[in-house]
Amino acid sequence: MAQHQVNYASTAGLPVALTTVDHLVNWGRSNSLWPLTYGLACCAIEMMASGASRYDFDRMGTIFRASPRQSDVMILAGTLSKKHSEFARRLYDQMTEPKWVISMGSCANTGGMFNTYATVQGVDRIIPVDIYLPGCAPRPETLQYALMMLQKKIRRESANMKNNKKQDLRLI
Amino acid sequence: MQQPNKLSPFFENLNFERDDNTMVINFGPQHPSAHGQLRLVLELDGEQVVKAYPDIGYLHRGIEKMAENMTYNEFLPTTDRLDYIASTSNNYAYALAVEKLLGIEAPRRAQVIRTMLLELNRVISHLFFIATHALDVGAMSVFLYAFREREFAMDLMEDYCGARLTHSSVRIGGVPLDIPSGWMAQIRKFCDNVDYELEHTYNALLEENRIWKMRLEDVGVISPEDAMSWGCSGPMLRGSGIAYDIRKEEPYELYSELDFDIPIADTNDSYGRYRLYMEEMKQSTRMIRQLILMYDETEPQLMAHAPQYISAPKEEIMTQNYALMQHFVLVTQGMRPPKGEVYVPTESPKGELGFYIKSEGEPYAYRLKCRAPSFFHTGLLQEILVGTYIADVVTIIGSTNIVFGEVDR
Repeated sequence: MAQHQVNYASTAGLPVALTTVDHLVNWGRSNSLWPLTYGLACCAIEMMASGASRYDFDRMGTIFRASPRQSDVMILAGTLSKKHSEFARRLYDQMTEPKWVISMGSCANTGGMFNTYATVQGVDRIIPVDIYLPGCAPRPETLQYALMMLQKKIRRESANMKNNKKQDLRLI
Repeated sequence: MQQPNKLSPFFENLNFERDDNTMVINFGPQHPSAHGQLRLVLELDGEQVVKAYPDIGYLHRGIEKMAENMTYNEFLPTTDRLDYIASTSNNYAYALAVEKLLGIEAPRRAQVIRTMLLELNRVISHLFFIATHALDVGAMSVFLYAFREREFAMDLMEDYCGARLTHSSVRIGGVPLDIPSGWMAQIRKFCDNVDYELEHTYNALLEENRIWKMRLEDVGVISPEDAMSWGCSGPMLRGSGIAYDIRKEEPYELYSELDFDIPIADTNDSYGRYRLYMEEMKQSTRMIRQLILMYDETEPQLMAHAPQYISAPKEEIMTQNYALMQHFVLVTQGMRPPKGEVYVPTESPKGELGFYIKSEGEPYAYRLKCRAPSFFHTGLLQEILVGTYIADVVTIIGSTNIVFGEVDR
């Protein structure tokens, strides 16, 4: 009877990797962030450019989905008007947990140059935002960087979403 | 508030009275094929559209009102955000209207640069149209190819003015910068590349593509009468067989000196319009080639000489006291155009884009109105969508090439 000759402990180590559940789950979550195609204004064009050939978001596991039910991250790209804000909130509520929000561009961050009666002065008045991306309009590289920052943030979080403190809008 | 029920669905501010066997569905405002924030409320009988109601205003930002509280130069970067796919055409339309009001004309080199940038923006916009239209209809690879070419054009814009999307590269009275060295060789290479790719990539992928033809042919037919009565302009009007182009009818800038054709499509359908867009890109590259030759014969002056309205060149401001004083007044108070009103139409990539400005002699416009082509094309949807099938709705919206920045303003 052939005897098993490999002594793992002394040659290449045991064929076992040790990790935590948090680490494993977050590895999966952070590398398959599917954003919602939520282009509102000019930044949407740069968001499309990020998804297209030169900047190629797919290599980061980021594939745009058209439905909030299938997406994990909402990239709010553009000016949010008061008329639209109700829909933004509804779409956010329709997304399944865990979910994150990137506010892309000055308009989404603070209202930007449009300090008028029609514009929401920052989407954080409507939905909690994880990453603020400045610029008017931000370049595709910066959107990629924002996504990498979000990945970093996710990797720091607990896999159990209940342990993560989210900004509670009801308190604002 | 009115309570919605099965027979009388209620969508915020819209009320539909309907017979019992039709269905009312809501399309948008977040829909990947809605080209921004179009919300369509469609009443369907089976799969056929009985009534279509485009609900706009989801991107209303009050741009026209902002213009009343900004000096003329301050407002220029805001015009970038109207038709954000081809920003320079907005900058230019606004700058031209103010120049008409002031009664000044840009120097020849500035005119050459402006016309070149306008045509480059037309190529950018049309490539974007091909990309998104094909993506909506289902040809994903065309999107990827067209965005590749578009990135080269964006590089050219970036080399010239430093911005990819919001250029502000045309100023009132001229252009701020001269062409950087090596740029002309690059744009010539770009033109050759676009011509080659149009023939060998987009044509090869789409022209005789069976699915593409089935989805586009005889879909979204606009009769010439409809096109005229709904106020269509640009490719939407030329797609219905009417050869009307402001570049030929009321030439501005250098278009009267350039040699180019106005392509038309007489099939009136989406396929005809797609071919029209392809042909217009070829005409644009043809014009850019002529402009490259014209550039060398011009004097280096870039901004018009009108000390009352426009600051002197930077060297003069730094060396001459009077130029510095005028610059100070123009920056702190803004230029004061004479009293009067002006409307100047230009041919933007999407159609007739014009600015109406009423001046009371103040540094701020009394009223500014932007006549945007997409607004009229959105209105047309309620006419041409009726009787079509739900699957064709996306094709027709894509074919109208509307941008919501300039619809809602």
